[in-house]
Amino acid sequence: MRGRLGAAALALACCLPLPALADALTGQTQQQATNWPAILMFGVFVLATLGITRWAARKTRTTADFYTAGGGITGFQNGLAIAGDYMSAASFLGISAQIFADGYDGLIYSTGFLVGWPIILFLLAERLRNLGRYTFADVASFRFAQTPVRLFAASSTLAVVLFYLIAQMVGAGQLIKLLFGLPYSYAVVIVGVLMTLYVLFGGMIATTWVQIIKAVLLLGCATLMAFAVLASFGLSPDALFARAVEVKTALASEAGADPATAAAKGRSIMGPGNFIKDPVSAISFGMALMFGTAGLPHILMRFFTVPDARAARKSVLWATGWIGYFYILTFIIGFGAIVMVATEPAFLDPATGALRGGGNMAALHLADAVGGDLFLGFVCAVAFATILAVVAGLTLAGASAVSHDLYASVLRKGQASSEDELRVSRRTVLVLAVVAILLGVLFENQNVAFMVSLAFALAASGNFPVLLLSVLWKGCTTRGIVWGGSIGLTLALVLTVLSPAVWVSVLGHSEAIFPFTSPTLFSMPLAFFTIWIVSRLNRSGRAAVDRSGYLAQRVRSETGIGAATASTH
Amino acid sequence: MESENDTAMSLAEIASDPRYRELVRRRARFGWILTGAMLVVFFGFILVIAFRKDLLARPIGEATTTWGIPVGLGVILVGIALTGLYVLRANRDFDPMVEAIRKDAAQ
Repeated sequence: MRGRLGAAALALACCLPLPALADALTGQTQQQATNWPAILMFGVFVLATLGITRWAARKTRTTADFYTAGGGITGFQNGLAIAGDYMSAASFLGISAQIFADGYDGLIYSTGFLVGWPIILFLLAERLRNLGRYTFADVASFRFAQTPVRLFAASSTLAVVLFYLIAQMVGAGQLIKLLFGLPYSYAVVIVGVLMTLYVLFGGMIATTWVQIIKAVLLLGCATLMAFAVLASFGLSPDALFARAVEVKTALASEAGADPATAAAKGRSIMGPGNFIKDPVSAISFGMALMFGTAGLPHILMRFFTVPDARAARKSVLWATGWIGYFYILTFIIGFGAIVMVATEPAFLDPATGALRGGGNMAALHLADAVGGDLFLGFVCAVAFATILAVVAGLTLAGASAVSHDLYASVLRKGQASSEDELRVSRRTVLVLAVVAILLGVLFENQNVAFMVSLAFALAASGNFPVLLLSVLWKGCTTRGIVWGGSIGLTLALVLTVLSPAVWVSVLGHSEAIFPFTSPTLFSMPLAFFTIWIVSRLNRSGRAAVDRSGYLAQRVRSETGIGAATASTH
Repeated sequence: MESENDTAMSLAEIASDPRYRELVRRRARFGWILTGAMLVVFFGFILVIAFRKDLLARPIGEATTTWGIPVGLGVILVGIALTGLYVLRANRDFDPMVEAIRKDAAQ
């Protein structure tokens, strides 16, 4: 087990938010027997969500409906939808698989993914709602020259969305082989087509409700599994941990370790292991997770779907609560898998002793162990629904960047009619769906493991500094935003290419030029610094306009006076 | 949908209103204090992992559970608790202040 992981670790684990997902993202999965209960239950989910899309399509008339569900989502609903966006298949399968493999290390990810939310709430959420209408570029360009800032924001949105989308599409293709026993290309096309239907016809209303339903199903599944695991240990986590250590010790002995080494290996799951190799990578990666969350376009977009700042605030509290609860469940599920899956020959490959179907199967085998075939089918269906819902949200964010920022604001200088903008938006959805399917097929056998962490690094290095300074710093100027944001994005991209995850694992060089796990420790401060220095040195007439616009922006961001309201139908 | 100019008070008047200044000052201070607290807790945790892994791998008393478990889960719970604290204070203190300013501004 360690040998397999060790080899994988060098290649992948060091730069991936979810090393365990590496298996699914690198094409190492084998197709499983066709799983009819899972397909049936997924069919029920699809029918239900298409019904919702039909209902949503009747309510989607204007651009406001399409982009932001007319601002009519409540704080509680939006909290669930945000949690749904965040609880991807990667979180559920990947983190539980990582805990299954290494124990404690999985918890480090969970904390990193969670702590971005309080920061969003304390600094941005209410101000975002008060300033923006449809996209985060509305906020970033509020008092600046529209064309350059929107061009930057749209490019960074598309970059983040595309990298995230490729990872999701490839993940979907690999997982469907595992979960349903269907060929890779089926998954990519199914995801592409269904996602197009949701977004094209139902816009944000359908996307939000698909996400809410999936979040409830996923939370329900995870709760049942965690409870079943704890119940078999008399509800004592310590008894669960003790048994997990025994199991890991026994496995190490069987693999030929002497008793002392085996015992150490068993105990190692209870503390931090080799996940973080050096302090620079540790801090840099922590920054990417924490601040990247505050720059993900499909997440930021959700703050415009609620009626006011108060609801925006409430939705972050709900989201943080659900996400935190989910990560605690995942922790129990991972340990449950060590105890109930690793000891059960039926779940193991007889030849290698590894998990049948790859590392990501831990949570799914556990579902089988605690609830049998039908429950397994249900959990598989939910896992696939999860990818589908996340992809829909990403596509909507990408489409709005093209139609609202590029077409309506840059090309038509804000003169486009709602119908025109909506038409462009829907065409973009179609284009993005085709692109996503093509990229999914193109990257089938590529190692795309670095792409999720790249998306987080780009968001933390481009969007986050731009948003924070444009909202909070009076001296900020158009030129500063465009230069700082672009340099932050570019550096994050270049350093990621030079890092072990791409330079060594993908491009096959022997040694990485940039040795650290994440670029964020360098690229994010550089973006902040560039915005500051360029703005300070900027003496242009535009800079004077930018600075004088701060007062009006500040009053609106703090009080909501003049903010876009919910549409009234 | 947007109502830019239907306010009785000008933006400059609102900006110089002592209640507005008090709101902005108090809310910004509170937001930054909580942000600082979250940064210290999370990066403190990351630094312990980077430099003193053994502290977290130490068992609690006779149990198998290590200190790392309550600490790691604690970071998650602190995140949720700080979020709750902000919402509580915003509902109780900041919303009435915003409401008062908005009411006068709209007249």
